Amino acid sequence: MIGAAHKQSGFLAALAHRLSGIALAVFLPIHFIALATALDGADALDRFLIVTADPLVKLSELVIVLALATHMMLGLRVLAIEFLDFRERTLTALSTCIILVLGVGLLFLLNAG
Amino acid sequence: MSALLFVAQRVSAALLAAAGAVHLVTILYVARSGLTAGDVLGRTHGNAWLFAFYTLFVIAVAIHAPIGLRTVLREWTPWRGIALDVAMVAFAALLLALGLRAVVAVFVA
Amino acid sequence: MLLVRIWRGTTSGRFQVFAVPRRENQTVLDVVTQVQREQDATLSYRFACRVGMCGSCAMVVNGRPRWACRTRVSEAARDDRLQLEPLRNFPVVKDLAVEMTEFFDKWRAAKGFFEPGTAPADDFAVVSPGSSERQAADAGIECIGCGICHSACDVVAWDKDYLGPAALNRAWTLVNDVRDQAGEERLAAVSGASGCVACHTHMSCTKLCPQAIAPTYAIAGLKRAIVSRALRGAT
Repeated sequence: MIGAAHKQSGFLAALAHRLSGIALAVFLPIHFIALATALDGADALDRFLIVTADPLVKLSELVIVLALATHMMLGLRVLAIEFLDFRERTLTALSTCIILVLGVGLLFLLNAG
Repeated sequence: MSALLFVAQRVSAALLAAAGAVHLVTILYVARSGLTAGDVLGRTHGNAWLFAFYTLFVIAVAIHAPIGLRTVLREWTPWRGIALDVAMVAFAALLLALGLRAVVAVFVA
Repeated sequence: MLLVRIWRGTTSGRFQVFAVPRRENQTVLDVVTQVQREQDATLSYRFACRVGMCGSCAMVVNGRPRWACRTRVSEAARDDRLQLEPLRNFPVVKDLAVEMTEFFDKWRAAKGFFEPGTAPADDFAVVSPGSSERQAADAGIECIGCGICHSACDVVAWDKDYLGPAALNRAWTLVNDVRDQAGEERLAAVSGASGCVACHTHMSCTKLCPQAIAPTYAIAGLKRAIVSRALRGAT
């Protein structure tokens, strides 16, 4: 599936968009379940969140946040091409930069928090 | 994906772009300022605006995610037809149910 | 010496290696011609104009679909090696020649043809060349049906029913032709599940079209048109 014609920006953008979307679709039910433990009081949520202090879970959190940023940015690219008649070339570079900036920022902020 | 599904997908995408940005900023703020779960729940408790915002968010997600997943499954797996559509409607129902339950949870907690 | 791996057979087959003398200003078409005339007369390939006007010689050269006659060996060869394959996403007739029927069937299915209507026009249509519609049409009318975009498209590979960038680009040029009388039918033809909505803006078609046509933007235009149509139908 990955041939010479695929080492180009449009395909990579679409692939990242698709993979981040799948990640979010898998993550969201878990996220909703976690939040709903607040029904049993803040203690229950805190207890649940202690679980999430585990480094592997923290990493998953970071991945999900980046997945959201990626999916959103690349989704905006699609909307711009389809509805604003945006002529792409620079936009992929632009959105890649924004993702990177967001990613770096998030990395920093999440570690600080 | 028919024309109407396409419209639903793109409209929900635009809504989620706005709502997602707000949510992302909020999460960053929470992470940065070291709020505990109790603190956050204190702010969401009884907050009608937040309730409305996240309800809209959940509905948009319940529309957007299954349609997107359906396209991926049709193109990358042999799964297609009525069976896939039923599964995606079920997924939408799951997201809606779990999502609204979570919104209610942080509202009443 | 060039080492050239050429696909032999149909969908199943094998690569056959030929050694071809390197020449100055050599194109891939020169290479296959040399092989067919001086080494193996059973090699099958297509060409016609040999000057980049007809699109008959389209094939995959080192993984990229391009015109053999317009591909210089000096630019395409890697370490004096070339790999030549038939276009992807087409049934293979033999060696480097592919079956174009389904490609043009999809063109027809997208209503990629002009419909003059049953009543003859009273007078010549006045079409301003600077109008946005005419400019949109002009951007896509130089398509010669070479099939490179169809070969490059991932969605064509993933969805057998997808109409494809060439057919949809042609449909868009006709949507913008003010003289055409089949606007509604054409939009209906491209609004299906495997119509314009199936495009995921990978943009391989736009990147690789030798005529510098951008099917992606034509398809985006179709998407906007069918959204308007769907909303009109709903209200």
